[in-house]
Amino acid sequence: MVRIGAFLVGLFFAGWLLISFLVGAVAYVTDPPAKTVEHEFHQAPKHVSFSFDGPFGKYDRAQLQRGFQVFKEVCSACHSLHYVAFRDLKALGYNEAEIKAIAKQWAIKAPDVDPKTGEMSTRDPVPADYFPKPFANNVAAAAANNNAIPPDLSLMTKARHHGNAYIYSLLTGYQSQPAELLKAFPDSKTPEGLHYNPYFANLNLAMAPPLTADDQVTYGDGTKATVDQMSQDVAAFLTWTAEPKLENRRRAGLATIIFLLIATGLAYMSYQNIWADKKKAA
Amino acid sequence: MSFPWAEQYTPKHPVMQWVDEKLPLPRLVYNAVGAGYPVPRNLNYFWNFGVLAGLALVIQLVTGVIMAMHYGANTLVAFSSVEQTMRDVNAGWLMRYAHANGASFFFIVVYLHIFRGLYFGSYKAPREMVWLLGLVIFLLMMATAFMGYVLPWGQMSYWGAKVITGLFGAIPVVGEPIQTWLLGGFAPGNASLNRFFSLHFLLPFVIAAVVILHIWALHIPGSSNPTGVEVKGPQDTVPFHPYYTAKDGFGAGVFLILFAILLFFLPNYLGHPDNYIEANPLSTPAHIVPEWYFWPFYAILRAFTVDFFFIPAKLLGVLAMFASILLLFFLPWLDTSSVRSGSYRPTFKKFFWILVIDVLILGYCGGAPAEEPYVMISQIASAYYFAHFLIVLPLISRFEKPLPLPNSITEAVLAKHGHSDGETAAVPAE
Repeated sequence: MVRIGAFLVGLFFAGWLLISFLVGAVAYVTDPPAKTVEHEFHQAPKHVSFSFDGPFGKYDRAQLQRGFQVFKEVCSACHSLHYVAFRDLKALGYNEAEIKAIAKQWAIKAPDVDPKTGEMSTRDPVPADYFPKPFANNVAAAAANNNAIPPDLSLMTKARHHGNAYIYSLLTGYQSQPAELLKAFPDSKTPEGLHYNPYFANLNLAMAPPLTADDQVTYGDGTKATVDQMSQDVAAFLTWTAEPKLENRRRAGLATIIFLLIATGLAYMSYQNIWADKKKAA
Repeated sequence: MSFPWAEQYTPKHPVMQWVDEKLPLPRLVYNAVGAGYPVPRNLNYFWNFGVLAGLALVIQLVTGVIMAMHYGANTLVAFSSVEQTMRDVNAGWLMRYAHANGASFFFIVVYLHIFRGLYFGSYKAPREMVWLLGLVIFLLMMATAFMGYVLPWGQMSYWGAKVITGLFGAIPVVGEPIQTWLLGGFAPGNASLNRFFSLHFLLPFVIAAVVILHIWALHIPGSSNPTGVEVKGPQDTVPFHPYYTAKDGFGAGVFLILFAILLFFLPNYLGHPDNYIEANPLSTPAHIVPEWYFWPFYAILRAFTVDFFFIPAKLLGVLAMFASILLLFFLPWLDTSSVRSGSYRPTFKKFFWILVIDVLILGYCGGAPAEEPYVMISQIASAYYFAHFLIVLPLISRFEKPLPLPNSITEAVLAKHGHSDGETAAVPAE
């Protein structure tokens, strides 16, 4: 009974799948799916290398500080960073006095409540504060940015495939729409107010090119601030904001694996030792 | 619990005698995983995965309980509480990455454990109950993993919850009320998150309880072995401790090394980037995919694209997806061959390897976007999946001529290792 029932169920599912396959295959041949503009023109992120690539790479503190400077002077006008606190900047090599000063001088004030009146107020941030958000809420953010809400950047490099290369490619990838694109897809002209960028998923990005000219920021360490350099630096900084424990993790991993290799070696020898008499003919 | 096979425990120390009289717990341990449990001497490395699955469960329980101490089961704070754990809790990143990757490793070892059972016919009499309880564990694991993936409240959490509970919505008439009842609302929200957290905390302990039943049921007939020939006498067995505890110790070491490589150096490799974006009911991700361990079943779900008269394709897909797992419960009665081990079943072996490749193809298609050619490939692969278990396997077991079996486990071991010393080994004719 079980086998007859199973046979019928199997015949039904397998048979209907094959019929579905035939229906799909006929449709695929007679009416092949149209190519989309994203499929044809979207590009995978460029190759870019960082000091923290590979299993033993470390953050370059000077680069993180430069990247932080780009974030502070350019990105933070629109983008929040609300999982990162000023105190976290210690990992970039700043000392406590510097962090205090960075927080105090931050352009956006921290929201607070007036202790006397209970009214909403603002004050200078302190190291314990998270980076204040540039807009009061999403409605304000959308209103100020042509209806697009600038995303929080704390986790951006983990929230995209090949995140840091993606950030770098996006920042350096703005270009005018290729003529072939307009020829093949005349309806896909970049709409007014958007900007063509082949590294962005749907090719048209609301964000205007943020890094447009060399020396847009002036680096304290004398590094030449080319657009390429600034893009790399901010991509490195955002890798740190997304994965601040990367170095601890790799250090702990190396120690753990060395320990496990020794322990497993000993376990193997003990296994061989215990089985020595059983592996041979009894 | 008493095991017909077990060598009985005789406590020597007076304290242990006193304990054993009052509560025979030392006796239970001795019988179950100690020197009292005789195990076939010829188990290969595939027999390590049961213990490794137990180890993975323990890792999940420990890291999970610690994660729960820092987690806020509320849609307003769930995502940021996980980020706080990653950033500001001592070794919080370690707990979270261990828990997320531990789930993947749990499934890897359980899939290999199931592979072992399928190839060596471990599901056959007298071990049907072991197999059935194992499938119950597998179903509980899937439910637990699904609910756990919702908890960080990222984009894939939210949309995954929406798609999976939407499966129940495909049931005619009562589907939508059931979906609303499961979610506690019309879409995943705070009520869903709270109940998923509660159940995600509860189910692992249910799994642990079923694991005990699984091991209990195993100890009634005793472990199977790669030849599939039953134990004939004491010369065929070795005590579980120290022989298999030593082997499992080595296996656990290899498991932990691989786990550590992923956990410390590629912690997000198996995850989806979209889950680092906080859940947003207004923005649907381009491709909604579950975690990799659900991909084969997800491919079966999406393979049905044509309505069967009055049954919509979506409902067919849901039925097929559940059927693809439930049919495994009937396996002991579908495969009627009296030979257990695939090693002695030439026809079975060929189709078995086709099935393995088929499931890998299904897995690949399940992770790919729902576009051609992946849909067509998953239709063929799903068709073979059902045909294999429900049509091919019963036919093979009826018509196949198995190879001659060794007379005993010891004979098989000697044929393999006995060449060098040539005393008692049956030397092959040359």
